[in-house]
Amino acid sequence: MQRKVSLFVPCFVDQLLPEVAVDTVKVLRRLGYAVDFPEAQTCCGQPAFNTGYWNDARPCAEHFVRVFKDAETVVCPSGSCVTMVRKFYADLLASSPLRSDASALCARTFELSEFLVKVAGITDARASFPHTVTYHASCHGTRELDIRDEPLQLLRKVEGLKLLAMQRFDECCGFGGTFAAKFADISAAMGGSKAESISATGAEFVTAIDPSCLLHLQGILGKRQARARAIHLASILAQERT
Amino acid sequence: MSATAAQRFLQEAAVKSADLVHREIIRRGMESYDAAHLKGRARIKDWEAAREKCQKIKREAINHLDRYLVQFEQQVIARGGHVFWAANGQEACSYVKDVATRRGVRTVVKSKSMVTEEIHLGPVLEEAGIKVWETDFGEFIVQLRNEPPYHIVTPCMHLNRRQIAELFREKLQTEIESDDPAYLMTVARRKLREAFFSAEMGISGANFLVADVGAIAISTNEGNGRLCTSLPRIHVVVTGIEKIIPHLEDLAVLWPVLATSGTGQGITTYSTLIGGARQPGEADGPEEFHVVLVDNGRSRLLADPEQREVLHCIRCGACLNICPVFRHIGGHTYGTTYPGPIGSVLTPHLGGIAEFKHLSYASSLCGACTSVCPVKIDLHHHLLQNRRNATSAGATKMSERLAFRAWRFAMVHPAIYAFGGWTMRKVLRAMYGLGLAGSIADPMRPWNRHRTPVPLASESFRARWRKELGAN
Repeated sequence: MQRKVSLFVPCFVDQLLPEVAVDTVKVLRRLGYAVDFPEAQTCCGQPAFNTGYWNDARPCAEHFVRVFKDAETVVCPSGSCVTMVRKFYADLLASSPLRSDASALCARTFELSEFLVKVAGITDARASFPHTVTYHASCHGTRELDIRDEPLQLLRKVEGLKLLAMQRFDECCGFGGTFAAKFADISAAMGGSKAESISATGAEFVTAIDPSCLLHLQGILGKRQARARAIHLASILAQERT
Repeated sequence: MSATAAQRFLQEAAVKSADLVHREIIRRGMESYDAAHLKGRARIKDWEAAREKCQKIKREAINHLDRYLVQFEQQVIARGGHVFWAANGQEACSYVKDVATRRGVRTVVKSKSMVTEEIHLGPVLEEAGIKVWETDFGEFIVQLRNEPPYHIVTPCMHLNRRQIAELFREKLQTEIESDDPAYLMTVARRKLREAFFSAEMGISGANFLVADVGAIAISTNEGNGRLCTSLPRIHVVVTGIEKIIPHLEDLAVLWPVLATSGTGQGITTYSTLIGGARQPGEADGPEEFHVVLVDNGRSRLLADPEQREVLHCIRCGACLNICPVFRHIGGHTYGTTYPGPIGSVLTPHLGGIAEFKHLSYASSLCGACTSVCPVKIDLHHHLLQNRRNATSAGATKMSERLAFRAWRFAMVHPAIYAFGGWTMRKVLRAMYGLGLAGSIADPMRPWNRHRTPVPLASESFRARWRKELGAN
């Protein structure tokens, strides 16, 4: 029987960056997974939670738990959204009737690279991407979920890909959700420093496991007319080796 | 109406984050710190174990603050010292001022202490006609500039040596022949020696209050701390109640961990333990010894089990140094005694959530601070709790509250969420087609001002799933 995963697509990926989710589906299917997309899903609740509106985040999180509670395994192309589920649902839903469903779901929810390497034991996604690439270690993936080497293991097995090391690769890019709007100048300055680190590598692409960082970085890099472009790990892995 | 703390912060942040000269000075300072810190950590055999040990010590101390503080007090009194419990800054300042005026003090020498900054002790003494000398080199410099410290460990890291030479030339009325750091230090030292020999009172802080032996522990690098605490007739220690630790042997791990996190040193040049005034038969030391234990909002924090551990802080500055926000806006922008992550967590508790909640939002929640904190304070998650406390207290804007209420409604109704997303993309695409991206009319303006416009896919993923992907 084919192994099954349910796709958790972050709301902003659904609305603004659908390609990232399409590529995630391609990768998972190529590697032999049946992929299902529960269409009632909306958002994990992080925007409200991080802004302090826990009472507004809670019904949203409960909705998420209801949508996914029967899923065997949930896979998401975003470290940040997985962090919300795995690290913060316990606190947020501490007195919710869905508390035990939520804690069971946390253990079955994975970020894409983490799922491939740690759960499925796959490092070779049979991809080809003949370009120079540098890796940005996003904050939530790195420091909340402890996903450090998994994306690099996958990138090292991509045919033709040359990985270039970045100075301060794990320093925040400055996105930070509503931080980017509330403190736009600070966010842009941090993004500018990151863009300089990216440009200093000379790479054609910067990749990461978090589409939110990449959305922000693409905007900053574009404004500076930098050479490097932002690309999600899933979109690299989706380029099939022939 | 004068600007609020939040407005001042935003204005200053806009200026500083665009100031590339400032960014470069801080970057260079921080890079040398990073290298030293990394090397220092490598010297400690098991850094994680050391952090856990420090966390345990401070947790024990804070959870039994009542017992350890009284034990400390009893020991100090037994050796003839005085202990004053100050509920707030005003009480602490009045006590020190009263001791000074009663004993005819005209000159005070101070070693570095953030608590005296917090309670604004210097201005209170100056108003009483007492001359106050900051004797830490960095503090001496910012005092001459009439500025608060820029950083809790390195107060003048925002200045280069040319600026310091210029400052000395202007303020010390001396011929300044060079901007060589060693020469500038000699100039300051000469000036400060006069102060040390004329002062009747020395004021210090304390890095730790050691309960079982009733001593204060001070870590310094310049020797000024020892002069302040041993030359003048009176020594006054002004410190926060959270500085207590249970046992003398706790310093075996706390001293090196503080030095490593603060500057990358194995241990600071001077590590001093002081138990009180000169005892019979001793050759030197002050005649009088006072300890002022400052609460100033700390017991309020102690009463909050969720955030009590914030009192573990040993003020090493590591969270400031690694913080990308601090690196881009600098210390003065915060407008608080304690800048950086620890300041953003602590200040709303000490100064009020309504006035200082913005600091808890001025973070990307990257967690770098938490990863380096030597006493393992969960700093960035405390920022989240502060944000929650701000919204529960009704301290956030009505427009934001309504926006999240609407958001919540959409998020539990998938059809409304999908329709909302579709409408937003349609409207923005039409606007951007007219060249309005980044204009006043653009709801995405804060984003688009600094970035190329957000991509607006013609179809959402869910629409594509239905059309092309779902059947597989």
